[in-house]
Amino acid sequence: MNQLGFPILTILIALPVFAAIACLFADAKAARWIALGATVIDFALGILLWATYQTGGAQWQFTENLPLFGQFSWALGIDGIALMLVELSVFLMPLCVLASWKAIEKRVPEYMAALLLTEALMLGVFEAQDLFLFYLFFEAGLIPMYLIIGIWGGAERIYASYKFFLYTLLGSVLMLIAMLWMVGFAHTTSIPVLMQTNFPTHAQTWLFLAFFASFAVKMPMWPVHTWLPDAHVQAPTAGSVILAGVLLKMGGYGFIRFSLPMFPIASAQLFWLVATLSGVAIVYTSLVALVQNDMKKLIAYSSVAHMAFVTFGLFAFNRQGLEGSLLVMLSHGLVSGALFLCVGVVYDRLHTREISRYGGVANNMPHYALLFMVFTMASVGLPGTSGFVGEFLSMMGIYGASTWAAFVATTGIILGAAYMLYLYRRVVQGPLTKPDVAAMTDLSARELIILVPLALAVLWMGVYPESFMAPMRKDVGVVLSRVDPVWHGGDSKLAKGGKPVAVASAEAR
Amino acid sequence: MASGYLLETLPELILSVGAMVLLLVAGWRGDDATRGISWMSVLLLIAAGLSLAGPAGHGGAAFGGLYHADSFAAFSKVLIYIGAAVSIIVAPNWFARGGTLRAEYPILILLSSAGMGMMVSAADLLTLYVGLELQSLAAYVLASFMRRDARSAEAGLKYFILGALASGILLYGVALLYGFTGSTNFHTIAQVLMQPTPHDVQIGRLMGLIFVLSGLFFKASIVPFHMWTPDVYEGAPTPVTAFFASAPKVAAVALLVRVAIEALGPATEAWRQIVAVVGIASILWGALAAIGQTNIKRLLAYSSINNVGFAVLGLVPGNQAGAASVLFYMAVYIVMTLGSFLCVLQMRDADGVPVESIASLSGLSRTRPWLAAAMAMFMFSLAGIPPLLGFWPKLVVFQALVQIGWWPLAALGIALSVIGAYYYLKIVKVMYFDEPVEAYGPSESKIESGLMVLCAAGISPIGYLAIGSLGAATMCAAKALF
Repeated sequence: MNQLGFPILTILIALPVFAAIACLFADAKAARWIALGATVIDFALGILLWATYQTGGAQWQFTENLPLFGQFSWALGIDGIALMLVELSVFLMPLCVLASWKAIEKRVPEYMAALLLTEALMLGVFEAQDLFLFYLFFEAGLIPMYLIIGIWGGAERIYASYKFFLYTLLGSVLMLIAMLWMVGFAHTTSIPVLMQTNFPTHAQTWLFLAFFASFAVKMPMWPVHTWLPDAHVQAPTAGSVILAGVLLKMGGYGFIRFSLPMFPIASAQLFWLVATLSGVAIVYTSLVALVQNDMKKLIAYSSVAHMAFVTFGLFAFNRQGLEGSLLVMLSHGLVSGALFLCVGVVYDRLHTREISRYGGVANNMPHYALLFMVFTMASVGLPGTSGFVGEFLSMMGIYGASTWAAFVATTGIILGAAYMLYLYRRVVQGPLTKPDVAAMTDLSARELIILVPLALAVLWMGVYPESFMAPMRKDVGVVLSRVDPVWHGGDSKLAKGGKPVAVASAEAR
Repeated sequence: MASGYLLETLPELILSVGAMVLLLVAGWRGDDATRGISWMSVLLLIAAGLSLAGPAGHGGAAFGGLYHADSFAAFSKVLIYIGAAVSIIVAPNWFARGGTLRAEYPILILLSSAGMGMMVSAADLLTLYVGLELQSLAAYVLASFMRRDARSAEAGLKYFILGALASGILLYGVALLYGFTGSTNFHTIAQVLMQPTPHDVQIGRLMGLIFVLSGLFFKASIVPFHMWTPDVYEGAPTPVTAFFASAPKVAAVALLVRVAIEALGPATEAWRQIVAVVGIASILWGALAAIGQTNIKRLLAYSSINNVGFAVLGLVPGNQAGAASVLFYMAVYIVMTLGSFLCVLQMRDADGVPVESIASLSGLSRTRPWLAAAMAMFMFSLAGIPPLLGFWPKLVVFQALVQIGWWPLAALGIALSVIGAYYYLKIVKVMYFDEPVEAYGPSESKIESGLMVLCAAGISPIGYLAIGSLGAATMCAAKALF
């Protein structure tokens, strides 16, 4: 079984599902409490999971395998990378429920049910050890998210929900054909086995591209990112938090779980493709973010830019890049989620997301201003916050792969500082001239309960990232051992293993 | 072994003899006996299904090779009987509002089912034709069952004229095949096809193949022989539409598989490209034409064209896995289709008059939340979105294609499924995102609701537990063809 003696991963998934069904039979008030209870218990289980996870132990832990479905099985298991993303999901979900406590007034039971189903499916994606099971969870997440955006979203919600659904569906269907080919080739649906399978070189390129289409849309990478601003802006606050916090991570998770270890040769060959798209994304979406009038849209574009750091770092094929990318993913999950929650706070009061409608809220909302600043700085990547660690490491990694890419990526940091500080300046600072803005009250206890844990987590990750990096270290090594041998090395002439080139070549001699 | 033959054809005997006896009962008792006759018909269908456990399910060739009782036919017959039984069960409630249910209704369905049984068991082109005609003639009458309703009469007439044309095409193909191979028996045709022949004879055989397949494409409503489907589905009484969308679809597709593999197996290279093209065309047109529909029955007609397009793609490999994937697809398809028609049957205004416009579904999630949830599940399932079961048969079909290296076709098919997803999403959008309009009348039948719940549970993630056994059953059924 596992170190706990009970199937904790199945329970993590099953609990929200049953809670969702219970919500459908409850009234609004009861549904809120059921959802909160279920997500908090899931969070507690998540802490138990982390506490009992053996760092440096077996690669796959808490494994379960029930051959229930004929051609594939209910196979769950996590490594360090999945563990961290599971933690991120279970941590954000209670906050999402709390954030929707008052903001959602119509059809509460259905809303909570959709939220809980989303949680179950997200956890399933990170826990699945079977290719088809992964695909089921990966795709199924579209349905509740479609409903969340379409029913509880803003004015343009229907357009946004269609775009979100069809865009991501089109991206992922080709992945299914690639999966079928892989299963036919390797005669197994087990992801751990497939990660060690050497697919023929010519096939790797096609398989890589099919998976790339899916993950690039999910990530999202430029130029297939256009669904994201629409979906983010129209979704209710909690929907945006889930989208930015966890759903986007599925793309990065897919790259590190599938693309890199399963198709290392194609990954190395197509470095130019990923690097180009990421480079364009960083510069272009940062510039677009700079001119946004809508707060949510600005943060949405900043998400695309941050995700470009992730893809850059992943395709640097070195330890710093990979670990940096994973940290950017975790950090962005916390920070962008928190930023959307911050927008939600003022939106609940003024019912507008126009940046120009605000100004000077530091005067009447000091707590809010402080927390908003923490998250802004984390988004910029100030040392001491989570953003710094990840971005610094991935920049180091990118330099190892390509100095030109590193040059482009650095501009993203500068532009990131520009648009985030500009946003903060316009919303929080300046004179408090507008009467309705002046009438806004500071954070309520509920809002503090939502934002303070996030701020603490952001600072924790910034000051002592080792807690988060230790469980992932060995698994990053596994990915590296697959992709490093076929990577020709970058133009910075850093030798493999991170040693200076002279030393390494001397050792080689 | 005449008695053995009778046992092997037991399902058809039960249905046809039972239908004739019930016809006499109807003649004596008139329409008062309709309810009793309906339930007797359901029992007959169950009995015919149970008889498949005996020699009828695996007895092999009967009547000098005209008829074949194998597991392939048995599997198809089970699906056909399920579709027929549900169509009989739901009828009284619908006709109570929409017109009079006459006693002939269940009897015609029984006769049609007997014909479909002959179709899927046919081992000879003539048995095939007789079975097809028995099925079709009963279906023409069923389509125009509401005699005083202009749309129903139009549907029946349209179906009859176009169906007769298709039968003619089929018959012409049969004649050509007989002329150029010297036999109407499937196995003999296959043996003759394997021998080398001069080019002009091959052309003749090819023409025969094309005509036979065209006739069958018509019956399965595959593009470009689909044009009757939306009109007939719209005009026919809803229970009849549910029947048309389920049982005859399965029969026609199963027959297509049997003819293509048993009789024309050596010519796989010749029909493979035809099937691939019409399959993709059905997927594409079924999806595109559905977008503009405002009538739910027309939309489901295009949805059935779309889905059958996916199913026949499974025929392209021409091997056991491919044939099994077609059966698998049809098995799940029949559950999804019957489920969605059960939802359509619930669409009645406060006076109980059936409504068919998609606009009337607006805001259904608030007036009838469980009905909306069931309908949404069927729509997502027909679109092939996991975790609903409708996803899995698509995967099985594409797996069969990828295994023979036709992954570009699989990629094209699955990419086109995104277009289909659009109009299914539209139904969900109308039910969930739009403001409520006048609510439907309450559900009147526990049986209908029960069947709907059963179908919804079947295509829910719970249904995935059945993949193993269903996969094994379809593989076993497909093995009978090789």
